[in-house]
Amino acid sequence: MSSVDPTLPPGTTSRSWYKRNEIAVTPWLFLAPAILFFAFYVIWPIYQSIVISFYDWDGLGEARFIGMGNYVELMDDGAFEVSLWNNLKWLLFYLLAIPGGLFIALFLNQTVTGIRLYKSLFFFPFVISQVVVGLVFSWFYLPNEGLLNGMLGLVGLGPVNVLGDPSWATYGIIAAGLWPQTAYCMILYLTGLNAVDPEQIEAGRLDGAKGWKMLWYIIIPQLKPATFIAFVVTIIGALRSFDLISIMTNGGPFGQTRVLSFYMFEKALSEYGFRMGYGAAIAVVLFLIMLVFIAYFLWSMWKEERGR
Amino acid sequence: MRFTTTSMALALAGSTMIAGAAQAELTGDLKIFLDTSNPAPRATMEKMIGDFAALHPDLNIETTVIDREAYKTQIRNFLTADAPDVATWYAANRMTPYVTAGLFEDVSDLWAEPEIAENLASTKGAMTIDGKQWGVPYTYYQWGIYYRKDIYEELGLSEPATFDEMKSNCQVIIDSGRACYTIGSKFLWTAGGWFDYLNMRTNGFDFHMALAAGEVKWTDDRVRATFANWRELIDMGAFVENHQNYSWQEALPFMVKGEAAAYLMGNFAVAPLREAGLTDDQLDFYQFPVINPDVALAEDAPTDTFHIPSGAQNKEAAREFLRYVVSADVQTEINNGANLGQLPINASASVDDDKFLNEGFAMLSSNSPGGVAQFFDRDYPAEMAAEAMQGLQEFMVIPDNLDDILNRLDKVAERVYAK
Repeated sequence: MSSVDPTLPPGTTSRSWYKRNEIAVTPWLFLAPAILFFAFYVIWPIYQSIVISFYDWDGLGEARFIGMGNYVELMDDGAFEVSLWNNLKWLLFYLLAIPGGLFIALFLNQTVTGIRLYKSLFFFPFVISQVVVGLVFSWFYLPNEGLLNGMLGLVGLGPVNVLGDPSWATYGIIAAGLWPQTAYCMILYLTGLNAVDPEQIEAGRLDGAKGWKMLWYIIIPQLKPATFIAFVVTIIGALRSFDLISIMTNGGPFGQTRVLSFYMFEKALSEYGFRMGYGAAIAVVLFLIMLVFIAYFLWSMWKEERGR
Repeated sequence: MRFTTTSMALALAGSTMIAGAAQAELTGDLKIFLDTSNPAPRATMEKMIGDFAALHPDLNIETTVIDREAYKTQIRNFLTADAPDVATWYAANRMTPYVTAGLFEDVSDLWAEPEIAENLASTKGAMTIDGKQWGVPYTYYQWGIYYRKDIYEELGLSEPATFDEMKSNCQVIIDSGRACYTIGSKFLWTAGGWFDYLNMRTNGFDFHMALAAGEVKWTDDRVRATFANWRELIDMGAFVENHQNYSWQEALPFMVKGEAAAYLMGNFAVAPLREAGLTDDQLDFYQFPVINPDVALAEDAPTDTFHIPSGAQNKEAAREFLRYVVSADVQTEINNGANLGQLPINASASVDDDKFLNEGFAMLSSNSPGGVAQFFDRDYPAEMAAEAMQGLQEFMVIPDNLDDILNRLDKVAERVYAK
């Protein structure tokens, strides 16, 4: 791997430029395809979206430069405000998947006959398509025929129309989204639990730790990498939420379950939309929100790398 | 069936040979894009194109069928990038973006031909923008109230002719433990149908179109009068509950099970209602009743159309195809009950002998003096329609929000019509 070839005297010209710079160049050669694709399919579209967000464009005719016009309109757009709040709700409540996943993982991390079957059953919602999850929950929530109201009826509670009530609908969809997301976090934690050091547990036990103390001071710190990944995928998942909304309520009732990604789609690409500039402006706002988290993730990963 | 179509094709072949004696034989490729993705319309269209191909053996026809919903977004791409020679779309405002962007071919020359000018006169308005015609219609269908005749008979009710009768009927139905009307407003446009009818009956066709054109404010007292009439129905409990959860198809079972007595819908609702087991003795149709006797009756009758993209390669063959599609015999054939099951556009075509098609045809040709509208989301600019239909759904669920909704719509209108 050394760049100095002992068979040749120093200063000889027979060494090619590549040979001389091998150590510096090779990583970049490995990275080149990825960088190229990343630039072409990620960086360039981001740049384009930002540019388009300054235009009034229907995707067909001439694009008209309107500066910050789209953003000014966003400030005063009730639907945008609703989407923003809903995104926040998604961010907060989606995080419940992490303790949920941890709890189930701890519960399933034992040796019992047929445990693999139980694990598979818990993991199942993550395997099926989000569209199917959405449909299943839509039926579950149905005001008259749905299972939920059937169960509520048994304990004497009145029928609730979860997806039809603007104050409940978003929470109903988040609950549906938590089902597969919890399964995902569970798998992450199950893998993490495999890596927990039995010696440390032994040592903890000698020191008299058990129950909550054991979990909090011995197990959870060792699950930090799993928690980090669970946090990343859950945050990204919450901000990307789209398919469940599209399937379960189509943004309704009267647009109360929209989130930024869905609103962007509605304005830019759906049947009655085609305001490319306005859609792009919404996308840029969503991108800025994501950037906060992405920056945090990158920073903590960098810190981790440096710490080694 | 096979015999009749073959003989029809032969007859047509004869007539084009006479008419087109001076005209050169069509050659080259003809690319046709269709949005008729449901099985029955798809088969109908493919067969019609097959018949057309048989008439022009030297023409190489290539047909692409795209899913109806996907087509609505894809059309923007293929019209600009790789235009076919013929494409399906919808009439009225829905074609405006493509007309203003110069993506549809001006086919006024076709409409100047006596054959088309005379027989298609009724739909000329819906195809006209800036005094020119941009396509030809191939089918349309009536809207109106489909109801459970057996329930009406059981309760001793008859088809209402006025709003008061409509309400008193409704009260009887509600007292019998049913809802008067089923509706599924999840995808919003069904609420647009109710607004179309209530507004056209309260304020008339011209007012409705003025509102569509942005000449009237949504906060206008006349619009409020429409909503006041609507509210009477909502407050008495005329509509099924929780309609915001259902699509229009999911709202059908209420009527099939007899939990709701009627459905304001397009004629396409008849097929699924029949498939669900309702016989023609149980199912009937009436025209939306009179609300304001001073305004002429007007109807919704959405029209589906064929267009030639301006980037088409073989415009001559495309024009010939459009002529073929609107000709009386083809119109009779593709719209009959076994095929599209809708109304033919050509005045010389005959309507298939189906109870609902007959009633609809009679209503549209002799009892809609006020005019024929397309439909809410085709008459209003797309953006306005999207915002308004959302407001209409909100009104149906929370009628008290009306002021808020109307102010919001005025604000959107300001921007949409300023362009």
